[in-house]
Amino acid sequence: MTPGKEEYMPSKYEPTFLLDLYRKMVLIRQFEDRVKFLFLEGIMPGTIHQYQGQEAIAAGVCAALNTDDIITSTHRPHGHALAKGLSAESLLHELFGKPSGCCCGKGGSMHVGDLEKGMLPAIAIVGGGVPIATGCALAFKMRGEKRVAVSFSGDGAVNEGAFHEGVNMGAIWDLPVIYVIENNLYSASTPIADTVKLEKVSDRAAGYGIPGVTVDGNDVVAMYEAARGAVERARNGEGPTLIEAVTYRITGHSRRDPCNYQPKEQRREARKREPIRRFARYLVEKGLVTEAELDMFREEIDAEIERAVESAQAAPDPAPEFALEGLWA
Amino acid sequence: MARLSIAEALRQTLREEMNRDERVFCIGEDIAIPGGWGGAFTVTLGLEEDFKDRMINTPISEAGFTGVALGAALMGLRPVADVQYGDFLLCAMDQMVNQVAKMRYMSGGKIKVPFVMRAPTGATGRGTQHAQNLESMFLQAPGFKIACPATAYDAVGLLRAAIRDDNPVLLFEHKLLYGSKGARAETGAMDASSEIPEEDYVVPLGKGIVRREGSDITVIAPLLMMHRALEAAEILADEGVSVEVIDPRSLVPFDWELVETSVRKTGRLVVAQEGPLRGGLCGDIAAEMGERCFDALKAPVLRVASPDIPAPFAPAMEAFYRPDAARIVDAVRKTVKD
Repeated sequence: MTPGKEEYMPSKYEPTFLLDLYRKMVLIRQFEDRVKFLFLEGIMPGTIHQYQGQEAIAAGVCAALNTDDIITSTHRPHGHALAKGLSAESLLHELFGKPSGCCCGKGGSMHVGDLEKGMLPAIAIVGGGVPIATGCALAFKMRGEKRVAVSFSGDGAVNEGAFHEGVNMGAIWDLPVIYVIENNLYSASTPIADTVKLEKVSDRAAGYGIPGVTVDGNDVVAMYEAARGAVERARNGEGPTLIEAVTYRITGHSRRDPCNYQPKEQRREARKREPIRRFARYLVEKGLVTEAELDMFREEIDAEIERAVESAQAAPDPAPEFALEGLWA
Repeated sequence: MARLSIAEALRQTLREEMNRDERVFCIGEDIAIPGGWGGAFTVTLGLEEDFKDRMINTPISEAGFTGVALGAALMGLRPVADVQYGDFLLCAMDQMVNQVAKMRYMSGGKIKVPFVMRAPTGATGRGTQHAQNLESMFLQAPGFKIACPATAYDAVGLLRAAIRDDNPVLLFEHKLLYGSKGARAETGAMDASSEIPEEDYVVPLGKGIVRREGSDITVIAPLLMMHRALEAAEILADEGVSVEVIDPRSLVPFDWELVETSVRKTGRLVVAQEGPLRGGLCGDIAAEMGERCFDALKAPVLRVASPDIPAPFAPAMEAFYRPDAARIVDAVRKTVKD
């Protein structure tokens, strides 16, 4: 895939829409980079699974959704959360374990979510969100609502039983649900060739009798278009779609993972396909934005994140006994 | 007022609750097939005729439909899921324990999970994979409320309470107490039917009941064991031992006050459960009572439970595995002798 190639079908979209997609991706990237720094400095508690390199998927798909559409996420949820409209502030408060976080400090990095923004608490058991998103879609269909559910999963999820059971039920009942598989080529450290026999993960869809497509997951407009088509199908009662988004994780699986299992040549090639610079080059070449304006976006976003970090660090810690609250309604 | 078996009582309650609240629906395997069985024990028989769109008959996918029910609950519906046999919950353990039970807590207490799972329990001549009592295992899954109806009256009241609760509730129903009829009738079944009042009552989750008053010893026993404990109390009465039998009805929350009051009165306690002794409900109750009222206890608390083996098949061995009235009688005799 050549960067800057005529692949974004620009004339169909308002410049503001494209710039919003860009800003969303930058927000995710800068957020993740800042979190990585805080974590490695030992300032932030817990563990982290980060989204750098995969931003186009969350940004593109969520741009095709309404606030009351529901997403389920994974152990790598920060990108989905920001794309679905959670603020950097509510996430950072959560990552610092503060009662002011989106899950009151009870969830942490792997369980961020906010039902009011249309995101369930993220589900950190691989494949676990697939049947749950299917159940959200069942509720929409039973009530005759035009909402859709999207389950984000990694390529590792397609070998889980829950994936099979969930997708099958979405298919047999023609539910308004979209199964997005973010194929970053690795289940933790194990390469996809060792876990899936197929050339394309999307071929799994045929086994359930639903459409499956493989999309360049590093092309934000391609992701948006694939999602928009699937959302339209779902809202029209035509059932689920499986979208395989091919991407690459340009950071570790978690924590201090140095990614020694990723071949150097593969990493170099992946850098060229990196979604944000690629989209920036396109926007500049088309004259939709200047380099100076892009710098300005980045600075604004950095400042927003910095304010959120300061606010999260300053927020009061929970009383230990706060742990005993919130089990039951 | 009509006399109903537990299976009939549950069926009537599901029908009433679906009529009362359009958010309530049933989901599970073989629950809504015309000409079928109404689930493994006839509980949902015929409901599909009146609730075509709210009886969701699923593939054999326990993990899948548990997650589906959870998703629907999170969107504001009120699913009543069921597994054909409690053992099949083990296929759905991630969804049950990691997802259903933890979802509200990990949201920071912001979301509600009005989710009911019904599970037939108990060893009943089917070999070890259709036999296990998982009640004790789920005590270690905070987030679930657990109810154990031993009579049809309680089956109605507890199911109503469960469906109307905004939290996940797990109902264990004993296969020998259902009173299922026809092709689904159980060998060795016992009568747990009740007169069911017309009024809309609930049995609150967390409220036990004294089934028989006594002064010498307290026996706590849920489900089938409650009936065995009543038989034991009859036998012991002839020997001049006055047994108080408590049916906890809910395991989570547990009615500790009721039990403590009884133990403080009698000074002796035997706890009976079906299912392996190790790590079980019996030990938990014994330890709690030891902490709460050691001063009132005149003898060690004895536990009556199954041995730490899978349930065996052969009828003689299964009868040995499942505690009966004679074993409860033995434990009481030992306790009152001290």
